[in-house]
Amino acid sequence: MTTATANHNDHADHGHHGPAKGIMRWVLTTNHKDIGTMYLWFSFTMLFIGGAMALIVRTELFQPGMQLIEPEFYNQMTTMHGLIMVFGAIMPAFVGLANWMVPLMIGAPDMALPRMNNWSFWILPFAFGMLLFTLFTDAGAPNFGWTFYAPLSTTYAPSSVTYFIFGVHMMGISSIMGAINIIVTILNLRAPGMTLMKMPLFVWTWFITAYLLVAVMPVLAGVVTMMLMDIHFGTSFFDAAGGGDPVLFQHVFWFFGHPEVYIMILPAFGIVSQIIPTFARKPLFGYASMVYATSSIAFLSFIVWAHHMFTVGMPLQAELFFMYATMLIAIPTGVKVFNWVSTMFRGSMTFETPMLFALAFVVLFTIGGFSGLMLAIAPADFQYHDTYFVVAHFHYVLVPGALFGIIAGVYYWLPKWTGNYYNEKLGKFHFWMSFIGVNVTFFPMHFVGLAGMPRRIPDYALQFADFNAIATVGAFIFGLSQLVFLFLLIKTIRGGEKATDKVWEGAEGLEWTIPSPAPYHTFAEPPHVK
Amino acid sequence: MFSRTWQRLSSVVLGSLAVPTVMADRGGLNMTQGVTEISQSIFELHMLIFWICVWIGVAVFGVMFYSIFKHRKSKGAVASKFHESLGLEILWTAIPTVILIAMAVPATSTLIKMYDTTNADVDIKITGHQWKWQYDYLGEDVGFFSNLTTSKDEIYDITEKGENYLLEVDKHLVVPSGQKIRFLITSNDVIHAWWVPEIAVKKDAIPGYINESWAIIPEGEEGIYRGQCAELCGIQHGFMPIVLEVVTTNQYQSWLDDQRAGVEAEAAAALGDFSYDDLMTEGAEVYARTCAACHGSEGQGMGSVFPALAGSSMALNDMAGHIDIVLNGKPGTAMQSFSTQLTDVEIAAVITYERNAWGNDTGETVTPKMIIDAKK
Amino acid sequence: MTSKLPESGTQSGPKPSNTALKLVLAAIAMFGFGFALVPLYDVFCEFAGINGKTAGPVEKVEQWVDTSRTIKVQFITTNNDGMPWEFETLQEEVEIHPGAWTQVAFWAFNPTQNDMVGQAVPSVSPSEAAQYVQKTECFCFDQQKLKAGEGRNMPLIFSLDPDLPDHVRTVTMSYTLFDAGAFAE
Repeated sequence: MTTATANHNDHADHGHHGPAKGIMRWVLTTNHKDIGTMYLWFSFTMLFIGGAMALIVRTELFQPGMQLIEPEFYNQMTTMHGLIMVFGAIMPAFVGLANWMVPLMIGAPDMALPRMNNWSFWILPFAFGMLLFTLFTDAGAPNFGWTFYAPLSTTYAPSSVTYFIFGVHMMGISSIMGAINIIVTILNLRAPGMTLMKMPLFVWTWFITAYLLVAVMPVLAGVVTMMLMDIHFGTSFFDAAGGGDPVLFQHVFWFFGHPEVYIMILPAFGIVSQIIPTFARKPLFGYASMVYATSSIAFLSFIVWAHHMFTVGMPLQAELFFMYATMLIAIPTGVKVFNWVSTMFRGSMTFETPMLFALAFVVLFTIGGFSGLMLAIAPADFQYHDTYFVVAHFHYVLVPGALFGIIAGVYYWLPKWTGNYYNEKLGKFHFWMSFIGVNVTFFPMHFVGLAGMPRRIPDYALQFADFNAIATVGAFIFGLSQLVFLFLLIKTIRGGEKATDKVWEGAEGLEWTIPSPAPYHTFAEPPHVK
Repeated sequence: MFSRTWQRLSSVVLGSLAVPTVMADRGGLNMTQGVTEISQSIFELHMLIFWICVWIGVAVFGVMFYSIFKHRKSKGAVASKFHESLGLEILWTAIPTVILIAMAVPATSTLIKMYDTTNADVDIKITGHQWKWQYDYLGEDVGFFSNLTTSKDEIYDITEKGENYLLEVDKHLVVPSGQKIRFLITSNDVIHAWWVPEIAVKKDAIPGYINESWAIIPEGEEGIYRGQCAELCGIQHGFMPIVLEVVTTNQYQSWLDDQRAGVEAEAAAALGDFSYDDLMTEGAEVYARTCAACHGSEGQGMGSVFPALAGSSMALNDMAGHIDIVLNGKPGTAMQSFSTQLTDVEIAAVITYERNAWGNDTGETVTPKMIIDAKK
Repeated sequence: MTSKLPESGTQSGPKPSNTALKLVLAAIAMFGFGFALVPLYDVFCEFAGINGKTAGPVEKVEQWVDTSRTIKVQFITTNNDGMPWEFETLQEEVEIHPGAWTQVAFWAFNPTQNDMVGQAVPSVSPSEAAQYVQKTECFCFDQQKLKAGEGRNMPLIFSLDPDLPDHVRTVTMSYTLFDAGAFAE
């Protein structure tokens, strides 16, 4: 853990001595900046762990035949990769950015519930420690896919399923508490004059995301509790033998699962909406429209879940309903893309690293959105479902989508956190390697999916070999380029060209009115917003 | 006649022209058009949506890249101040809505057709198992299991992979062309999914429930079509393919007759005499195809998950228990009942093999007659 | 270690602790909602008539028989994993008029050395036909106990409601037999 991100220049005069020294500072901190930092380092670690698992998967898939691992371990790798990336990397990274930036953006001295904030973070290492430990047990880690359908995950599950359930509960509690904290902070601690419609878009998107979290994480908790009861207490929620229904599992899971994927993208929409205006030196186009579009996406996300289940044998009317509702989501999403492009148009753009990641986000997330629209068409989905076409779609929206959004945010706010500009050449190099890597990895997956390659298989028929080899090469390029990012982060923390308060010429917002690096305590007196 | 340079050049040019064809052959870039009306409708729908997306992408990214090129500070661009327009917002909400409605119309009519299973000529019940498919022709008294035949040697790079690597089975699902075939799909254990891309049929196989789908493969499209399981179902999810063999109606009827005759012949044969060597040879083959995936190619088992057979007390001592567990399975574990999956001869052979291979050497022979008796 | 918060509610908004409490209650309510989805799922499917599941026993009443059409009703049986009983339909299909009460039988036999309990689970295809299947007696209503080596015929008495839509000409009734020992009553 670094200790250089905080600094001892206190503007406040309430007799604080600045942060404590040593490890106990981090264990006991209730400071949103410290907690944000911990979330970010935790998520970065999980990114590497999940990424290593992906590379094991991709290495096995480099050629037809089983060369590296056995099918049962392969299923553990794909399952754990999904769980760790979704719950350990992407979600905590967004929470870390929220912790750092939401109080600064609204002129608040900290989050509304600072002690709960500390608990929210510290649950995570324990939850994931428990999950990762199952890899070393005899029965092995969870192997039923990150979507853990019953009865594969109940009657037929390895004994580690119980640890998996406890891990999900812990991580869910962490998310719910974090979300409550964000909502309470935004509703109660905004500086005078900052009406809701004056809040930065990043605050808006996190505000909406937090409501989604409060609504659906408990449903996830419910479904894993039902699993626990089926496995250990003789109930039969999902077991037809006792009058239950495996399809019920899918309905309840995806009722959580679909809003979950919007939880993973909405904050990225917010980040990109901060970055593009800054580097185009032009206000965000259609602020109100962006707020309404994000809210529509959030509402719609509750009524589309069964588009993950088009082949389950749903009645025709239900299938049609979910197809239409899913297609509808394309509209507010498109509106956002048009607004970003209109922000750039007739701006005065420069292309520092945050802007590069943000622009790549707009293009590549949109491509992911197009494949999503194709998937929404139910009859066609019968040929796409459970193939690599789906894998291509969600990796496009999650990697050059959510992850690029996070990385863009880190580059954007890093000088504010550390007081130092990062090395721009290295940043651009990281960008181009990531951009090339991500496309070489995931674009071919569209083709093998259309050609008929199913998901979650450790070995494949010969006609899929060429594109799989290409994807593996891309995966290593992408994976290795994140080491560049790690190097750059450590280098920047340790020193560099000193950053100004404003950092970026076109930056607007309360966070750019405080010094860089941000003092340990900020906005003890709320600023007045006009 | 032509100079060596010309020959080299023309072979490169002609070769590169062949690349797209080769790629199209070997899986290529796009979804299959398939051989049925429905698969063709789906392909057309797919291409329609694809091109709409491409043109929207060209338009949006076109504006974006134009802007990136022209509206940059280094070119002296000065930022405008405009930041909202109700008119534009309405326009770019309304136009996508119209486009989506246009997409929804053909999608709806295709889906309605896909759901119409009425007036079928042939009904086939498909049961997913871990990790093979079982087919039953309703009203025809024909039923069998269909297992992957790709060898472990091919999978582990010991021998070269065959052309239909991972897509070949011992018994094909044979259906007639020109007739409406209704598939009734369920599962024995976990959720599987039955998928043959060329006929655009994919349906989840769910334990306790029956799903249905249908296909008409037109006359003239007789041939072999290969598919795979499309829902994670455990360790061998990638190793339970489907081979659909479409034949003419006459060929189909003869095939049905052959199947029925074959079953009768097997039942009669089970009452005959079998030597120890016959049983060991057949047993080794049955073991490799059916048991080795869990119990290991040398009977070594897999950790605590699947018990070893080499040196096990059941294989060495408890013949009655051995027969019972192969016939009836062991509830609460992954050990299935094989009484319907294997013939009496196969079961007798594999138990004989297990009791004598890998140093077990009991010297015992289990005959098909003993299996028939054990079933009573 | 704790930071000093300014006066709560910079806008004339609620106190932080009120908001937090409401959100905690919302989270608990959503947890309950997750469980409520279990009965809600059945209720909604029944209400919208879109479930493949058949209902419980009905009274056998005289009803109008639609002699203008016959429906082919197929019966199929499946043994779930680890259920080694013989389980067969004694007639593969019948042709009946909607409204006519019909009796068919199934055979179940326990070949093992142990007494066992089975539960048959029905499923109907097409799923829209399920709500028109009326059963007065079905072995699927109860658990079936068979001793080691015991077998029995099990009846099914049913009719198809004459309101069955015209386009449905074939109804497939599938029974999957599970080992219900864990759920024995």
